[in-house]
Amino acid sequence: MQGTESGVETLSMNAVVIGASHAGVNFAFNLRQQGWQGTITVVDSDPELPYHRPPLSKKTLQTTECVPTPLKAEKAYADSNIQLRLGQTVDDIDRENKQIKLAAGDIIGFDKLVIATGCSPFIPPIPGLLSQSKYFAMRTYADVKAIQSALSQSSDKDVVIIGGGYIGLESAASFKSLGANVTVIEKQEKILSRVTSPVMSEFLSTLHINKGISLETTKDVVGVKQRGNKQVVVCGDGTEYLADFILVGVGVRLNTQLAINAGLIVEEGIKVNGVCQTSDPDIFAIGDCTKHFSTVYDRWIRLESVQNAVDQAKGAAQYLTKGVTPAPVVPWFWSDQYEYKLQIVGLSQGYDDLVVRNEDEGQFSVWYFQGERLLCVEAVNHTKSYVLGTQIIKKDLRVNKQLIADTSTPLSKELLV
Amino acid sequence: MAKVIFITQANESVEVEGDSGSLMELAVQNGVYGIDGDCGGVCSCATCHIHLSPEDFDKVGAPAETESDMLELDDNATEYSRLCCQIPVSDEIDGMTFTVAG
Repeated sequence: MQGTESGVETLSMNAVVIGASHAGVNFAFNLRQQGWQGTITVVDSDPELPYHRPPLSKKTLQTTECVPTPLKAEKAYADSNIQLRLGQTVDDIDRENKQIKLAAGDIIGFDKLVIATGCSPFIPPIPGLLSQSKYFAMRTYADVKAIQSALSQSSDKDVVIIGGGYIGLESAASFKSLGANVTVIEKQEKILSRVTSPVMSEFLSTLHINKGISLETTKDVVGVKQRGNKQVVVCGDGTEYLADFILVGVGVRLNTQLAINAGLIVEEGIKVNGVCQTSDPDIFAIGDCTKHFSTVYDRWIRLESVQNAVDQAKGAAQYLTKGVTPAPVVPWFWSDQYEYKLQIVGLSQGYDDLVVRNEDEGQFSVWYFQGERLLCVEAVNHTKSYVLGTQIIKKDLRVNKQLIADTSTPLSKELLV
Repeated sequence: MAKVIFITQANESVEVEGDSGSLMELAVQNGVYGIDGDCGGVCSCATCHIHLSPEDFDKVGAPAETESDMLELDDNATEYSRLCCQIPVSDEIDGMTFTVAG
């Protein structure tokens, strides 16, 4: 264990973290590893030992005796002297007295507070949806357990997924592997239209249709009715889809109410500086619920990703123990659907040119440019493109676009100009 | 059942044992410092990087294409590097020593 080099005296200090997912847990462990000597308490309303969320829609859902993949072993918390307060909801942040209040009544004082509250699934106010019980979200282990139970109790295994985003599509692939009949209903003309290019959207549409998913786009869900044992999902054009249960994957709501109530600056995310400090210097915020200025993309961004949660956690912990400001980070993401691995580096928003590199069957990458600058690479079953893209974006290098598209030229430094 | 040793960057030796899952999961379960497994074990993050001895590397085998490409992201990669989320825990690795690449 390393000591604190900046001379920050932490022995008598209390660090409190609200939220025990990727961001909160990684922060707690990093803080201890970086030499924090005071107490570390992590509070979360979820009663489970903190677990990986990305596998929920994939491996966890697909495995019958599903168990979550823990982020850290239970004993690791004790070994690092991190106190977990699970199944506890935080009611209030009292900045003046530097304490948080739990719903159960307990009060925990802090010297440094970290808000890592993330997001919750957004459930749209579709008439009939909320009033009947057979709908689920995909955010927690409890969600997956409930979904598996509903699936095992239904003889037809008719599943309707509202929303053709990553969560919806990954879940569709998993349901298919469990023998379900899956319909995905998407409001937009194309799936993932807000986050990816028509090329990638088209590839994923074709993939899911070929795997037997009914993909219904340009469909607005206007109501849900009960008919016998079935839920009927009704669309604006009058079409109806029968379901034994419904999965809702239409986006998230940020869990920023505590921060708003505490008077912190929140603008579609808790605003933080380069070391994840909020408008209160003793309160930090990390992960999905935050908005930070990306020096790589020269704009304020909010990211929903494991990478951002972990990197912000590490950055905040380093700052609190050593006074160090973290280096700029290029975002990255992944998704696994069927036998396809999608790896994304960078952010494609604002691209004005794209180059597709088609490797062998089922292996390709999409390179997004703004002028000559590479913004993002999305690679399908082609990690080489992802890796080279990462190196280019990190160093802000320029590449020869024609050679990127030409698969007779190997992906190497020779593509650089 | 496999009993293996991880040597961390701080030169600490951690002996762990297991009989299923991946070597990354075993390391995380035992709190081996430097093995993070941020992606949960799907070869997407390269945060479970280890170095093997040449002899053990020959026994365990070379990485598959995706894994070997991911290793290029890490400056510490050597010809005996592996991402341990891709190594199953089995009798095959019993007695081996792995160095956390950090």
